[in-house]
Amino acid sequence: MANAATETLEVVLEARSITKIFPGVIANENVNLKLNKGEILALLGENGAGKTTLMNILYGLYHQDSGEIYVHGQPVRIKSPSDSIAMGIGMVHQHFQLVPVMTVAENIALGNERMRRGRLDLASVRQRILELSKRYGLDVDPDAYVKDLSVGQQQRVEIIKALYKNASILILDEPTAVLTPQEADELFVVLRELKQQGTSIIFITHKLREVFAVADRIMVLRRGKVVGETTPDQATRESLAEMMVGRAVILQVEKQTREPGAPVLVVEELTVDDDRGHQVVNGVSFAVCAGEVLGIAGVQGNGQSELVEALTGLRAVKGGRVSVLGNNLSGALPRRIFEAEVGHVPEDRQEHGLVLSYSVADNLVLNRYYQPPFAKGIVLNQEHILENAEKRIKEYDIRTPGPEVPVATLSGGNKQKVIIARELSRPLKLLIAAQPTRGVDVGSIEFIHQQIINERDSGTAVLLVSAELDEIMALSDRIAVMYKGKIVAVLPAASATREQLGLLMAGSDAPLIEPAGVKHEHLAPGETH
Amino acid sequence: MTRGRFLFILAVIVVLIGAAMYLSPSTLENETVAASMLATTLGVATPLTLGMLAGLFCERSGVVNIAIEGMMLTAAFVGYTVGAYTQSLILGLLAAMASGGMMALLHAWLSVTFKVDQIISGTVINILAFGLTGYFNDLLLRRRDVDIQSAGLTPTIESLADRPVIGFFFKPIDALSDVSVIGPIFNQKPIAWMAIILVFVTHYVLFYTTWGLRTRAVGEHPHAADTVGINVFKMRYANVVIGGLIAGLGGAYFTLESTPQFEPLLTSGRGFIALAALIFGGWTPFGGWAAALLFGAASAFQSNAQQFGVPISAHIIGMIPYLLTIIVVAGVVGRAFPPAAIGQPYQKE
Amino acid sequence: MTKRREIADGMKTRIAPLLASVQARLGPLAGMLRPILVPFLAVVSALMIGAIVIAISGRNPLLAYAGLIDGSWGSGRAIAGTLVRMTPYVFGGLAVALAFRAGLFNIGGEGQLLLGTLAGAWVGYQLALPAVIHLPLALLAGVLAGFIWGGIPGFLKSRTGAHEVITTIMLNYLAIGLAGWLLNDNRLMKDPSPTNVIARTPLIAESAHLPALIPGQDAYPSASAAPEIVHWGVVLAVLATIAASFFLWRTVWGFEVRTVGANPSAGRYAGINVPRVITLIMGVSGALAGLGGAIQVTAVNYRAILGFNVGYGFDAIAIALLGKNNPFGVLLAALLFASLRSGSTRMQSLSGVNADIIAVIQALILIFVAADQLVRWLYRIRARGLEERTTLTRGWGR
Repeated sequence: MANAATETLEVVLEARSITKIFPGVIANENVNLKLNKGEILALLGENGAGKTTLMNILYGLYHQDSGEIYVHGQPVRIKSPSDSIAMGIGMVHQHFQLVPVMTVAENIALGNERMRRGRLDLASVRQRILELSKRYGLDVDPDAYVKDLSVGQQQRVEIIKALYKNASILILDEPTAVLTPQEADELFVVLRELKQQGTSIIFITHKLREVFAVADRIMVLRRGKVVGETTPDQATRESLAEMMVGRAVILQVEKQTREPGAPVLVVEELTVDDDRGHQVVNGVSFAVCAGEVLGIAGVQGNGQSELVEALTGLRAVKGGRVSVLGNNLSGALPRRIFEAEVGHVPEDRQEHGLVLSYSVADNLVLNRYYQPPFAKGIVLNQEHILENAEKRIKEYDIRTPGPEVPVATLSGGNKQKVIIARELSRPLKLLIAAQPTRGVDVGSIEFIHQQIINERDSGTAVLLVSAELDEIMALSDRIAVMYKGKIVAVLPAASATREQLGLLMAGSDAPLIEPAGVKHEHLAPGETH
Repeated sequence: MTRGRFLFILAVIVVLIGAAMYLSPSTLENETVAASMLATTLGVATPLTLGMLAGLFCERSGVVNIAIEGMMLTAAFVGYTVGAYTQSLILGLLAAMASGGMMALLHAWLSVTFKVDQIISGTVINILAFGLTGYFNDLLLRRRDVDIQSAGLTPTIESLADRPVIGFFFKPIDALSDVSVIGPIFNQKPIAWMAIILVFVTHYVLFYTTWGLRTRAVGEHPHAADTVGINVFKMRYANVVIGGLIAGLGGAYFTLESTPQFEPLLTSGRGFIALAALIFGGWTPFGGWAAALLFGAASAFQSNAQQFGVPISAHIIGMIPYLLTIIVVAGVVGRAFPPAAIGQPYQKE
Repeated sequence: MTKRREIADGMKTRIAPLLASVQARLGPLAGMLRPILVPFLAVVSALMIGAIVIAISGRNPLLAYAGLIDGSWGSGRAIAGTLVRMTPYVFGGLAVALAFRAGLFNIGGEGQLLLGTLAGAWVGYQLALPAVIHLPLALLAGVLAGFIWGGIPGFLKSRTGAHEVITTIMLNYLAIGLAGWLLNDNRLMKDPSPTNVIARTPLIAESAHLPALIPGQDAYPSASAAPEIVHWGVVLAVLATIAASFFLWRTVWGFEVRTVGANPSAGRYAGINVPRVITLIMGVSGALAGLGGAIQVTAVNYRAILGFNVGYGFDAIAIALLGKNNPFGVLLAALLFASLRSGSTRMQSLSGVNADIIAVIQALILIFVAADQLVRWLYRIRARGLEERTTLTRGWGR
């Protein structure tokens, strides 16, 4: 890149041999990082590689155990975010740091407030916001409440918030995770504009495509260490993937085409409300057949979560009908649905799927504790519970010191395997899997994907809901796109393209039938989660 | 605070006043009864209002406060004891507020620094307050012959209207309190007036100042506040202690303004009712004040009914505020959303 | 600041080797002692601060504590008195602990116990039945009254989200109001004998008496007689402890209760009827407190008296927390608290320290137990592994 070769390179931020140790994990080990003025540095690595930890250290949220940080060549100690903000470092966190019940202006003023005539001066904040949004093409309404904004808009607020505090170094942590491909492209335009105007950017991601789209330079982290540095023109997808994971990875899930059987799950005109009483599933109808994976694609927050909760009995069904093999299960309690041989891998494993303080063994019978052989009458049978655990731990390769260890001590991937083991180790008619590989390492992703395909091949109907388009495209036989509580299209997976799905996810009307002869996009492993 | 709740509160207060007028002996004018009901309501609502504001600062910053009761009880005792020993009203008042602040500091230390479950921490403070006031009451008051009444310490509006500086504020009130029928309503004592002023001050602080914006941010999304350089721990400590000072003022009402004597467990659950007022008022100063007035009206009805010799057991009428509280927190009349981060200790990695 | 450090360091240098030697000598036993280390140090710390408070008040703390021990364990009578006082504490502590396990905070022990005494006493004096039926019926009445008074907040919590902390406190005051009404009116439950001026019921029939453990010791003449005869209620308390432990860790219901307490969303996911569990466990919790009240009526007071157990609910919370919500821990903690209470009279007569100091010491114990990090920090004990923790506070609205 021209940029990297120029002689007038000015290093704005440098980290030297940063080490950070959490109890039991070395999050960063001797990490060195340099950021030049006006460049976009992509920090690539899979989940748990230590990218976020490193950035939190630079932003003052964590403190390194050893190593030094230099800003504009000066050694600095960053004790808290106020220090880093004062040094011109801004950060857009993966989980937005915005107060939902406050307005955009209040959120942006927070921390830099000024009083005027005995009151908070929000008028001048509003003024600055409008200036900034015009200058960088970031459109936001200063008086809107954050809770009413879409994720894309909230992200813009986060960027303006950093710019408002005069950030010249901007750190973005997984900024595209919640965006449609088109929204991501819009973000890239903004980033390039910022770069043109002299802002230096660190861009954290695990998606290879984005690295090629926007980065000037690439740094790869694996298990807390820097394993390589390169530029987009020198790297290939395969080389980056191998650097990230540490071995060559299978590029696609092995999957035979298969004739689907009779419908298992039939959903008719289903409507569901969210917690606030707004209808977020608006008359959805679809069917999933035996031996088929129906993937539901969509940007998060378009009613997918509520749909799954309604199907599994965790949320009230407002209208419409849900049946499994002719059994009317609309509004049934979770236990009845469970007993109808429906397996459920919940979206939020910490919240729903596991009791973190319980042992692995107890979690493996979390919904079956009352059935023989785990209970006799009302008395629990510990022996069988342990025996079951030992069997599943082997079968599903759960890495744990033993069955009686609290599940909280396991890694994300192994926690998820506990859930998969529990749900798949009984005969199923229907499997509902929501975000089955979120926050999970590549090895576990491959394993979990294989398990889902095996389940499909044994004749189970599978409903897969995922925010990862790549996952949907890799596993599904048919793909339904959900937008604003409606299923806007159902496409055969074999002919669907990323662009087409992206447009549908964004709510624009795309031709439902794909012109023939479009080249099928190959999937890189880093993208399958 | 929803409109439904305001209407509910208004309706209940009107019904209570109406009932008092209906039950009163025919020798009394209806206007007199209503005015006396309103006057008692304002008086009784004073500690509830202050307790509610104490909880408001605390909970808006994300710390649950069920220790209002203990803070008020401690302050009632300390204020009375210091007042009696020094024969100084001002010293008693300051000591009361300081002791409320100290209990609050303990609450903050346990729940913010040590991350003890905030409800347990509050319970601990309550138990500690019961124990300490009981023990030292026996030691310092019951066994010695100290009294506060003899020195005539409980202030009146007239006496305050004569004083320099503050007299300026209390003169017009004094004048109003001489007007025939509505006079009793304005004839409130200083802490009662301070409570009302504090409702307005709190509203201003919470919604129109930097401090308020930061307090709300810390209570809604502490991590977000942290990422813009706001010290979550300091904000929570400060707000909890401010709450404690206000609760101390509320405690002082019992022994320095209402009845000049202390007895164990004298707050008898009014700290908890103040908390219910806070919840019912949807964590807003004016909503909470309205709810406090509602409970005040219920108590006023109780004392009036006793006066008029209504043939219902005082025990039964005395249950009305508690019953109302249950109805209120059960969300029968609309629902409010508490600060999102309430109850969660902030964990900085 | 430095002073505190010195004290803390002094404690450390003195206590750490002591602990080490104890651990070394006891070997395998040390592992079993570990869970009670923090509660033990909490009690020690509270007693030390209590001593300071006593010294400040101008009394001799050593004399006071000597009196405390003598009054609770110094004689057969004293021990009997301690065990009798322990009984309601065990039931109250178990009540709070079971609710805690389901993530619920029952502050309503006082009201539930009061209702238990009222119901037990009413059955006791109103009905004339053979002892085989009368006594169980009186106890059952207490259980039922407690179940209802505890079940109401459970029901409200599961249906409307009303926080049980507020509702149980309010139900305490309602119970007191109700009792005040019933016990102050001759036409209702007040003892109608012409000499009676206090709010209490008539004496219960002898057929409803819970007998003494050693035959021939029962039936002392009046309620004013010191409760120094060990009755079968003590045995019931121990049995209830064992039953509670079995219930929590060996039954399907216990699994459900613990799951709801640890993670209600996961409980729902696992097919547990969370609202029902919440309602029932609060009912069971109240029932235990109510049974404690009924035992107090049938074995000690032989009638219900107003204002007899002020502060019981808060003592029960302290006991449950000190016992780490483990039934056997509750038993030990109840024994400790009963010792403090039963020794306090002797302490007062021996050293002139007012018995109210016990409440201060209890509060201090509670502070140190609740903030076990505080104890670990004071004595430099490292936390080990992941301990099972229940989060109680889930916000007010929902």
